[in-house]
Amino acid sequence: MDLSLSTRTVGDRTIVEVGGEIDVYTAPKLREQLVELVNDGSYHLVVDMEGVDFLDSTGLGVLVGGLKRVRAHEGSLRLVCNQERILKIFRITGLTKVFPIHSSVDEAVAATD
Amino acid sequence: MATVELLFSALPEHVRTARLVAAAVARRAGVDEAVLDEVRLAVGEACTRAVGLHMSHGLNSPVRVSLIEDEKKFSIEVGDDAPHRRFSLPGGTLGASASAAPSANGDGGGKGGGPGGGLVEAEGALLPGARDEIPEPVAEEDEGDGEMGLAVISGLVDDVEVTTDEHGGVIRMSWPTIEPVLP
Repeated sequence: MDLSLSTRTVGDRTIVEVGGEIDVYTAPKLREQLVELVNDGSYHLVVDMEGVDFLDSTGLGVLVGGLKRVRAHEGSLRLVCNQERILKIFRITGLTKVFPIHSSVDEAVAATD
Repeated sequence: MATVELLFSALPEHVRTARLVAAAVARRAGVDEAVLDEVRLAVGEACTRAVGLHMSHGLNSPVRVSLIEDEKKFSIEVGDDAPHRRFSLPGGTLGASASAAPSANGDGGGKGGGPGGGLVEAEGALLPGARDEIPEPVAEEDEGDGEMGLAVISGLVDDVEVTTDEHGGVIRMSWPTIEPVLP
């Protein structure tokens, strides 16, 4: 299982749909994608993780890196996730306090803070 | 002896293999299905950390994973060969010599091939050795995922033990098994 990435825009938000496994091998691809988006001027990101089967601390690190990048441009990075096994990792590491986590892309796109 | 032992080159692409093997053996050993996700994540974190340590120290040796099935528990040990300098003597000569040869080799090139190469290598390693004062390698921007990996493991696994010395480190984790599985 590899990592799949696709992006689309909804208004001023860029949705990054992630599928597969985010680990030490695949996380660099996600990092590249986030860096590229920010470099291209997309500062409001929604990372849709509903298709993610596995996430580890390397993936968390990349998401934190992405958050730092968008914040440097007064942007935002929101997550969409309903999977308990993925949410658990955010809770263990205290990152539920750092990332806004939404139950749907629509909710994330509508959110303003 | 371990039920299953796995040695893999310290490369990121093999961590997934270790996760899959560990989960398969854990399932067979009788670890609760509900806990298998935790086993998979914990062993992945431990292997990721070991791979990071080997790569940052220029070590060519493999990462070791032992999967051990006991009567009432299933244990995983993930071992690395990275010298952990926090436990070395002032001046760190032990750790420096342990890491010297591999990192000198890792630099490659034809240099240091002359007579008395051993001595040259040892001296050359003093430079990379200085870098080892940093307790754990920290990824460029990612909040030092080696430490975050340990945080995830300790948040997931009740029975976990981390031991390190100048020759390497071992993360031991165990989970209860629910019932013996007949072959």
